[in-house]
Amino acid sequence: MNGTAIPVRLERRLLAGSGDGRLDSHLAEHGRPPALDRPRLIGLLRDAGLTGRGGAGFPTWRKMAAVAATGRAAVVIANGAEGEPASGKDRALLAYRPHLVLDGLQLVAGAVGARTTYLYLPAAAGAAMDAALAARRGAGLDPITVAVRAAPETFVASEESAVVAAVSGRPAVPADKRVRTTEKGVGGAPTLVQNVETLAHIALIARHGAAWFRGAGTADEPGTFLATVGGAVAAPGVLEAGYGVRLGDLVDAAGGATDRLSAVLIGGYHGGWVPADPDLQISRAALAPHGASPGAGVVLALPAVACGLTETARIAGYLAGQVAGQCGPCINGLPRLADTLASLAQRRARPGLPAEVDRLAALVTGRGACRHPDGTARLIRSCLRTFEADVTAHLAGRCLAAEGYGHAR
Amino acid sequence: MPGNRLHIDWTACDGRGICAELLPELLAEDDWGYPVARDGATEPAVPDHLADAARRAIDRCPTLALRLARR
Repeated sequence: MNGTAIPVRLERRLLAGSGDGRLDSHLAEHGRPPALDRPRLIGLLRDAGLTGRGGAGFPTWRKMAAVAATGRAAVVIANGAEGEPASGKDRALLAYRPHLVLDGLQLVAGAVGARTTYLYLPAAAGAAMDAALAARRGAGLDPITVAVRAAPETFVASEESAVVAAVSGRPAVPADKRVRTTEKGVGGAPTLVQNVETLAHIALIARHGAAWFRGAGTADEPGTFLATVGGAVAAPGVLEAGYGVRLGDLVDAAGGATDRLSAVLIGGYHGGWVPADPDLQISRAALAPHGASPGAGVVLALPAVACGLTETARIAGYLAGQVAGQCGPCINGLPRLADTLASLAQRRARPGLPAEVDRLAALVTGRGACRHPDGTARLIRSCLRTFEADVTAHLAGRCLAAEGYGHAR
Repeated sequence: MPGNRLHIDWTACDGRGICAELLPELLAEDDWGYPVARDGATEPAVPDHLADAARRAIDRCPTLALRLARR
């Protein structure tokens, strides 16, 4: 969190108020959550147009309706694992606004008739959350039991089927998608996994309504989202804005760029590189032409003095190291992909190298139990597009960033 | 079997290569011996004339990694 003045283009909703994490502050600012039955809540979320804030952006009401349609007792999991190293928004939310998350969890659990709910989060967040839960029990705010489960600090541990596995006491690795989690998850029960930011939005929508929610964002992508703005900015941190916010406004709100920027990584390590155009809007619609999406709200600014190929090779190396070790094409393909990109980044280049990177990216895509290979391939392909001039320079044994040209586009 | 697609459970597949031998029209082997659809699809469609061959590949996979999925 940072203390810079927030320009009017940014909107604080989840991050409004004191943010001391205390229940009395929460109740003073928001009051107790209303009781909403299943049709009311699902209808409200449909009208609001809320989508999942974990990265995939699936309509929240559809997932809830799918669980409800099974007619069986459901399990609800609040997913705060946030395996993404460039993202800090879920951690910030759990630390500073835990009661919005827990209100949302109770609202959803009540509506789908869950008898058990789980809070899945990094071990470091556990102690503060235990205190928050104890305060709520005293106030009678949690009629449905919340069990806390520790999430390992790995990249794939936040993937939906890995979450179900971890909560079930198995290793937190993705599973083959034989049946949807909404039909059969923890203990065979229909299971609803929701990102903690999504739950916090639900806590506010339940209080203020769908029209209020739509007062921020765009008509097609309503509401606010939490952005983790990092890299070459003066005050990196977690900010909140409506979808459609200008990239320049987000960077300004994070203290402004500390250097000329050559590109920005949007969406996280499975996201995409886009040009550092201040007028670029952060929304699915505006980012789609660049092969990117807001994802879980990561905005990483690359200074012109840093080489985009080197930075992407570093991230690719990390992602290759985060392979769960289950799926052959990913186990073999991601290290090869990362090594090949590293050769290009280190100017140990051969003419066929960019084509080989592209071939390997296509080869691993769609060939795993989860989207880890797909997301890694997407990042690397966006790197080859956005840093095309750098690729040409590296093949000639030069580096634009090292020579002070930044990236000419 | 109209609408049937071949699903590979990648958490089970060991890359033994039997499916690519029995279904060469649909599958090749990648750089590491794992099956890869010739058309690049995640779940390649199984045309009627390959239905029997697909069944054989499913039955003979030593890790039971193959199945038909209706999509």
